[in-house]
Amino acid sequence: MARIEAEVGKPQGGLIKWIDDRFPLTSTLKYHVTEYYAAKSFNWWFVFGVLAMVVLVIQLLTGIFLTMNYKPAAAEAFASVEYIMRDVEWGWLIRYMHSTGASFFFIVVYLHMFRAMLYGSYKKPRELIWLIGMMIFFVLMAEGFAGYLLPWGQMSYWGAQVIISLFGAIPVVGDALVEIIRGDYAISDITLNRFFALHVIVLPLALIGLIFVHIVALHEVGSNNPDGIDIKKHKDENGKPLDGVAFHPYHTSKDLVGIIVFLMIFSAVVFFAPDMGGMFLEHANFEPANMTATPAHIAPVWYYTPYYAILRAVPDKLWGFILFAMAVVLPVFLPWLDRCRVRSIRYRGWMYKTALTVFVITFVTLGWLGLQAATPTYVMLARVFSVLYFAFFLLMPFYTAMDKTKPEPDRVVYHG
Amino acid sequence: MTEDDLDRNRRHFLTVATVATGAVGAGMVAIPFISSLKPSARAQALGAPVQVPLGSMQPGEMVRVLWRGRLVFVLRRTKEMLASLPTVVGELRDPNSDVVEQQPDYARNATRSLKPEYLIVEGSCTHLGCAPLEDFEVRPAEGWGGGFFCPCHGSKFDLAGRVFKGVPAPTNLRVPPHRFVRDDLVLIGQDSGAA
Repeated sequence: MARIEAEVGKPQGGLIKWIDDRFPLTSTLKYHVTEYYAAKSFNWWFVFGVLAMVVLVIQLLTGIFLTMNYKPAAAEAFASVEYIMRDVEWGWLIRYMHSTGASFFFIVVYLHMFRAMLYGSYKKPRELIWLIGMMIFFVLMAEGFAGYLLPWGQMSYWGAQVIISLFGAIPVVGDALVEIIRGDYAISDITLNRFFALHVIVLPLALIGLIFVHIVALHEVGSNNPDGIDIKKHKDENGKPLDGVAFHPYHTSKDLVGIIVFLMIFSAVVFFAPDMGGMFLEHANFEPANMTATPAHIAPVWYYTPYYAILRAVPDKLWGFILFAMAVVLPVFLPWLDRCRVRSIRYRGWMYKTALTVFVITFVTLGWLGLQAATPTYVMLARVFSVLYFAFFLLMPFYTAMDKTKPEPDRVVYHG
Repeated sequence: MTEDDLDRNRRHFLTVATVATGAVGAGMVAIPFISSLKPSARAQALGAPVQVPLGSMQPGEMVRVLWRGRLVFVLRRTKEMLASLPTVVGELRDPNSDVVEQQPDYARNATRSLKPEYLIVEGSCTHLGCAPLEDFEVRPAEGWGGGFFCPCHGSKFDLAGRVFKGVPAPTNLRVPPHRFVRDDLVLIGQDSGAA
C-alpha cells in the first residue's frame, strides 16, 4: 500500500510496472521461468515433464470441444460419439486426438516416472515432489477409467463392471461403497452421468491443482540432473549456479525440439493408427454396451494391464484386490525404500542396475500378459512376474544399502 | 493486553469449541451430498420385480432377463442336469449354500431352487461381475458335467450356480428373491406380498 502511494504522480514504468505494483508478475516470471536454473547437462529423459504438460493441454482442449456434442446418457452416449465421428465437422479428429492423447498421457508419465527411478529424482529433498507426482498418477488413472465409460461401448460397460466390482471385495463396507459409486444396483444411466461429472470436472480440477503444487515444490528445491548432484553448491558471484542455465530461453528452446518430435509421433498415430490395433481403442468398444453378454475376451486398456495381470494372477477375490492395490501404491514409498547414498544410476552399483533392468522387463511383461486371455500358462507366468514386481520394491532397502557405489563428481559431466 | 493477561485455557477452549462445531456442521452438510449419490427414488422404482412366463420353455433351455439392470438366468433343467448335481459336490467350495447372503432361505437346498426344475440365479460372476457363459455340454474327458464359465477370469459354476474350488470367484452365484405366481409364471425380485 505504502509503495503504491509513493509511486503516485510518477508517470514512469508503463503497464508492466503498473501491474507489478499490484501483482507479482515480473518477480513470478523470474522465479519460475527466466531465473529458474536447471542443470545444463539435461539429457532427453528430462523432456517428459514438459511433454506431460503438452498432453494435458491437448486433453483439456479436445475434451472441452467433445463435451459440446457428447451426451452423457445411456440411451444417447454411444450414438453421440458416432455423431461426433461422422457428422460433426472435424469431430473425428478431435475425438481421435483425445483418445490417442489418453494413451500418450500414460506413455509420457510412465517415462517421466522411470526418469525419476534412473536418476533418483525422488530422493531427498524431492520426496514431496514424488508424493504429489504419485497422487497425480492416481488421479490420472481414475480420469482414464471414468473417461473410458463415456462412449458406452461393450468394453466401457464390462471394464467398468469389473473395476467397480473390485471395491466390493473390501470387507464390510464393500457392497455399500459399490452402490454409492454406481448410484444404482447395476451400472446404468445414473453411473454414466456421474462418471461424466467426475471426468470433466472433479478429476481435471484435482489434476490441475496437483500439477500446480508439483511444480511449485519442484521450483522450491530445484530440478535433479543426470548426475544426481546438487548444482547449487557452486555458484558464481551473482548467486547463479555455474552448472545451471535458465529455464527460459535455454531449456524452453531445447524442449521445443522435443515437443515437435513428440507432436510428429502423436500426429502419425492420430492419422494412421488411432486405434493402435486395438491397444488404444479396443475393438469390442465399437459395439454398444450390452448388459446381457460379456465380451469373450475382456481386458482393460494397455496402461492398466500390468496391475490387471497381478489381479488376475491371484486365485482369491480379496487377496487379488489387496495385491492389485499394493502394486499401484507401493511406488509411493520409493523415497524411503531406496537406501542408496547416491541418486543417479551413473554412480550406483550392479545390484540396482540389475534390479531396475529386471523391473522394466517385469513391468512390460505384466502389461503384455494383462492383454492376453487368462490361460493356465499365462496365469502361472503372471504369478512369477508378480513376485518379481513386489520383490523389486520390498527388497529395495536391502540391495540398495548393500550396493557398491562410485564417487559422485563435484560438477556435472556431459557423457554417460 | 499483555501476554500475562492472556487466559490460555479460555483461548484453547474457544479454539477447540469452534473447530468441533465447524466439524459437526461440515459433517451434517456432507449427509445430503453423500446421500445424493445413493440409488435415487427412480432407480429404486425401476428395480421393480419382473415377470417371466415359463410356459414355452423347453427342458435345457435358458432365458436371460434384466431385473434392476442386473442379468438373471432362468434355466429349465433337464432330468440329467438335476441328476448331475450331487455328483460334483466334492469339487465345490460351498455345496450346501452355507454363505447365507447368496440366496434366500427357500433356495438353501440341494438344487438351490424353489422348484427343482427351474434354476434362477443372477448372471453376475461373484468375482468381478462379468456375465458367465452357459456351457451345458457334458465333456467327461475334461471332467466337465455342464454349468457356467466366466470368460473374464475363468471362474466355473455348476448347474445349480455353485462355485467350483480353485477359481477366483469366492461364492456361489446369487439367487435373487423370487416366487412362483402360477406354475408357469415366476416373479423375480419379490418373494412375498401381492404380485
